Amino acid sequence: MNKKSSYQLIQGNEAAAEGALAAGVSFFAGYPITPSTEIAEILSDRLPANGGKFIQMEDEIGSIAAIIGASIGGRKVLTATSGPGFSLMQENLGFACLAEVPLVIVNVMRGGPSTGMPTSPSQGDVMQARWGTHGDHPIIVLSPGSVEEAFHYTVKAVNFAEKYRNPVIVLMDEIIGHMRARVSLPPTSMIERVNRVHPNMPPEWYLPYERSATGVAPMASFGDGYRHHVTGLVHDAKGFPTADPNEARNNIRGLFTKIERGFRELCLVDYEFMDDAEHAIIAYGGMVLSARSALEQLRKSGRKVGLIKLGTLWPFPRFALEQYLPQLKTILVPELNMGQIYREVLRVNAGKAVVEKLNRVNGTIITPNEIVKTVKGLIR
Amino acid sequence: MISNSELVNKYFRHNKKFPHIWCPGCGIGIILGNMLRAIDALDMNKNEIAFVSGIGCTGRAPVYVDFNTLHTTHGRALPFATGLKLARPELKVLVATGDGDATAIGGNHLIHACRRNIDITTIIFNNYIYGMTGGQYSPTTPHSDKASTCKLGNIERPFNISQLVEAAGATFVGRTTSYHTLQLQSIIKKAIMHKGFSVVEVITHCPTTYGRINKKGTAVDMLKWQKEVAVDKSRADKMDPKELEGKIITGILMEKQLPEFCEQYDTIIEKAQSMKNNQQGKSK
Repeated sequence: MNKKSSYQLIQGNEAAAEGALAAGVSFFAGYPITPSTEIAEILSDRLPANGGKFIQMEDEIGSIAAIIGASIGGRKVLTATSGPGFSLMQENLGFACLAEVPLVIVNVMRGGPSTGMPTSPSQGDVMQARWGTHGDHPIIVLSPGSVEEAFHYTVKAVNFAEKYRNPVIVLMDEIIGHMRARVSLPPTSMIERVNRVHPNMPPEWYLPYERSATGVAPMASFGDGYRHHVTGLVHDAKGFPTADPNEARNNIRGLFTKIERGFRELCLVDYEFMDDAEHAIIAYGGMVLSARSALEQLRKSGRKVGLIKLGTLWPFPRFALEQYLPQLKTILVPELNMGQIYREVLRVNAGKAVVEKLNRVNGTIITPNEIVKTVKGLIR
Repeated sequence: MISNSELVNKYFRHNKKFPHIWCPGCGIGIILGNMLRAIDALDMNKNEIAFVSGIGCTGRAPVYVDFNTLHTTHGRALPFATGLKLARPELKVLVATGDGDATAIGGNHLIHACRRNIDITTIIFNNYIYGMTGGQYSPTTPHSDKASTCKLGNIERPFNISQLVEAAGATFVGRTTSYHTLQLQSIIKKAIMHKGFSVVEVITHCPTTYGRINKKGTAVDMLKWQKEVAVDKSRADKMDPKELEGKIITGILMEKQLPEFCEQYDTIIEKAQSMKNNQQGKSK
């Protein structure tokens, strides 16, 4: 016990790969794409060495299909991609939402749309991560704000996927993915691993989509004797397609209910200097680094500024903002897109504080000085 | 051979709402029934069978039968099945897919599954048409034939599925029709027993869409046509190409043994683990 963890110099993509292994992922299917490829390369080495499996598929559509198949076979699964590949995965992502198949997608965001700016940072996929697949569905999206968090959030993503039988997206940006940092990763024995709940009733009693009190149904693996049907059609508790309005409602509402019940647990938020803050910066991903640096400068010059760091983007942690609204005069949302979380902030703010956005879509980052200047302008 | 009522009792789901979705005269039920007879003859354990499909009329086959069944997205049955097989190599994985599902939207997955030689049996139900959406032309609709999206005649040339999958690297290729039910059972049995990626192409009929618009008559007429155009490979080998024009060669068209993907991956695991152990030994 308490084996001392050692320091290492690694990049965010490596940390995510280490997180996947620490969480017990034993199956990866993927397709090469910048800037996420290191994750596939690392896991192609490390998985077989740990008895796991790696397969390079013919495209990203096949990659997510393969991890869904493997997850139904009982494995903890993950894939990694970037913008164009994430677009290709959307249809089967919806399948996993409806069929309630645990899986994790690490999307290392790059400039878009289309082929965009493959080696440049962006946060343009926030709304795609939420709504990219067709139809109404809930989704869990985590956004690591440091290399160390790339490890911890990937572990959490795997655990959430297993616990809620839902796809989880680790929405990393190229800043975190390719930044190297000195981090201390805990030994595997110290990692909390969550496993999906398997059925324990006799197979003939098993209903694959009958929700337990947690809102999540136990999940049998193919081959375990609980023969059942899995489909992308709206289905009843037996898993069979249905057009019955009540059964269809129960199916879709049930997807939302399980995420609503887990809402507080799913919301990862950190607060820095918020106790007496009159002005807040709301940031996530690589923009946390600029925001934190700006915050130090602003506090040194006596401004009552704080940081709300969103680790979870979806479901949107609205309480993180709501609890501070009575004391806040201004809010700044710096993002490497045209204002995707900004709109959520506007919605939750509901006209109370002054909300301003700071956006960049040219493949470069927003610097701390720019944030300082903008906040000062707002305060004045 | 198992009787029909025994077959129904043993393999159809008792808790599934029937009737099935297929039209009167459809060939899919014939193929599904004979697949079940093949499975029964092999005395396989239902718990160890995974039956995977894509979208379309054929895609609905798994829901009725009492295996581990997975009805995936359009064209993607093979990559789902690939992940499942690699995750659980002890499962016997069967894929049911139509001509559009397998060779249009899923064409890329089909050729790569062939190339990988993963131990999956794929049955391609080839009825020359997209039936579920009402009869649009597919990659196997014959040239000049009609469909709802080519009412003046198809100007595209069709795939020959068996040649396609052989060229792509499948290690077992069989073809038959829904008329030749005993041959169908026999080929499916051999395909399941084959270690590697096996494809069984079954020429079948859609009287509702393809048959009607092309004036092919009733389902029975279309079955008779299958009987007439089929030439067994043993006979075809002795015929000259002129005689074979317009004919469909049936039987086991190709069979060879090559290293199977999951087994090869096991050797990768062994190598990777021994390298890891050596490195750990050195660092101590």
